[in-house]
Amino acid sequence: MGTRDADLPRADASRWDRRARGRHARLARAEESLGAHARGKVVPASLAVEVLSAVIEPGDRVCLEGNNQKQADFLATALTKLDPARIHDLHMVQSVLALAQHLDLFENGVATKLDFSFSGPQGARLARMVAAGQIQVGAIHTYLELFARYFIDLTPQVALVCAQAADRDGNLFTGPNTEDTPAIVEATAFRGGIVIAQVNELLDAVPRVDIPGGWVDFVIQSPTPHFIEPLFTRDPAQISEVQVLIAMMAIRGIYAEYGVQRLNHGIGFDTAAIELLLPTYAESLGLKGKICRHWALNPHPAMIPAIEAGWVESIHSFGSEVGMENYVRARGDVFFTGADGSLRSNRAFCQAAGHYACDLFIGSTLQIDLAGNSSTAILGRITGFGGAPNMGSDARGRRHASPAWLKAGAQQRTAAGRPALAPRGQKLVVQMVETFREHMQPAFVERLDAWELAEQARMSLPPIMIYGEDVTHILTEEGIANLLLVRNDEEREQAVRGVAGYTPVGMARDRRMVENLRDRGVIRRPEDLGVDARLATRNLLAARSMRDLVEASGGLYRPPSRFRNW
Amino acid sequence: MSMAPGVDVLDFELPGSKAVAAFEPILVGVVGSGNLEVLLEPQSTPTCRFQVETSARGFGAIWEAVVRDFQQRHSLSGVQVSIHDMGATPAVVALRLAQAIAELPRAQP
Repeated sequence: MGTRDADLPRADASRWDRRARGRHARLARAEESLGAHARGKVVPASLAVEVLSAVIEPGDRVCLEGNNQKQADFLATALTKLDPARIHDLHMVQSVLALAQHLDLFENGVATKLDFSFSGPQGARLARMVAAGQIQVGAIHTYLELFARYFIDLTPQVALVCAQAADRDGNLFTGPNTEDTPAIVEATAFRGGIVIAQVNELLDAVPRVDIPGGWVDFVIQSPTPHFIEPLFTRDPAQISEVQVLIAMMAIRGIYAEYGVQRLNHGIGFDTAAIELLLPTYAESLGLKGKICRHWALNPHPAMIPAIEAGWVESIHSFGSEVGMENYVRARGDVFFTGADGSLRSNRAFCQAAGHYACDLFIGSTLQIDLAGNSSTAILGRITGFGGAPNMGSDARGRRHASPAWLKAGAQQRTAAGRPALAPRGQKLVVQMVETFREHMQPAFVERLDAWELAEQARMSLPPIMIYGEDVTHILTEEGIANLLLVRNDEEREQAVRGVAGYTPVGMARDRRMVENLRDRGVIRRPEDLGVDARLATRNLLAARSMRDLVEASGGLYRPPSRFRNW
Repeated sequence: MSMAPGVDVLDFELPGSKAVAAFEPILVGVVGSGNLEVLLEPQSTPTCRFQVETSARGFGAIWEAVVRDFQQRHSLSGVQVSIHDMGATPAVVALRLAQAIAELPRAQP
């Protein structure tokens, strides 16, 4: 190599190690500020603000780990205590804005710019702050898209992450809720950045190493364990009979129809109903082993009966779920677990798995328009969509075949009148909604709120969660519209109207055209699918309460107290 | 007619061509929040009569569309349909009507 270097024009060596020198300067400042309190990588919680002040510089891109489950909440609070006269104009990059502190940072002048994926609980406040010019939003991403940008043009200078435990060398045990941590740390540590982890406990030896200590600069034991949200728990007692009916239609009209073996479910009672019908209704149809064998899915408690009945071969998870730890540990054949026995989740890999290795995504939404575009964005809130756009889109780069994927692709190509196109499959993307949400809000609309929201917040695109061109089926209590079979935009519109019930969009249908679509199988009603409405009762659910789920797990599932209602 | 405050009472009578064989009254659903009760009874007139009592006011047009669609599909004759609704969504209404009709003896053409 020496020879080659000599051949190159001689450059000032200092031009090529700015990152390394910057990193050393930051670490030196930290060492100075910690003084005698530094014990290797371990920093006392009382000095968290000091260490952050030492390593963060104005204008830095800072990744604050917060996703839809675990939150680096102690470090988030410490960040809000920085002196904005010294540290300002931070560019925050993070998966989820979940905590008040995440926005306090912008109010108190420490941060100015934001790139993120999802802001569920803070969506209304975020919208107000954007309107007031207090936050400059770069873009709203999917999870995978934001992780991707960490490796291209949004690499953090400092990452503040969250782990269950650390040892004194900085080895991290992220445990069941590993989630986003590997992606964040990889991008930061290998580009001269500083990684600081808050941990619930310091151990002499961690149960397994999820993040090697060599990639971590400081660990801080937080005074209280990090916040974690049981986001994927749905009490079966709240599943309605209409949801049972819709789940029956999904199983007969889509899962069985295409022989879907590999899939991802969104969060909600609608999908929980499907999960709880597998060992009952789907089993009675002889579908065991023919559908739903491999999953990209968090450990949903509603999956317990199906797992116990032997339906499930594998589940890879984005994150974990509070209370499912012991159950997962005891079902090592199904879940991805470490040598220590506990779950290993990984959002980046699971998002990739859901996008490329699943044949079906099914989820709910708040609004669907006449083209089948759907969005959960509503006026006055900027929320983003997390992983849904990646799960709910056709993977154009996919090159392996499966029967379900090929059948969907063939239907689409035939209907489009382009059978001469080179063959390819298509992912099944299903949006399931009741035609009216609570308070009689129609789920079908002529125009998504997303358009007005885009104007208000001066976004370059309307925030559409799943584009109509990616949606293959719309499922409501009135039936299934198979958009793969429509021949043109007019048919697409009438197929949407034809399952939109008594909403204004549904009432404005062309009845003759809708009947014609039904004759062609584009629209299928429950009776066309052989779904008997009399069976659509809660008795069809494999578990009807949280207690039933606990019993189905043999006592291994331990729901958080707020779900213990017996 | 006594009418509780805050309750809409709607009455529709539609012609039908399919006389239903004698049947015992059929009751599905429950009167509870977001739910409804549907009662089918024989009647002597050769029509299908719908009596809807609903706690959700202002949805007369939707109810009319629901019962017209129902009768267009089933064309029942000699049946009275009584509905006691506590703010059910149209999805629940449709499910209850489907459950009730499934219990009827096969209508005669």
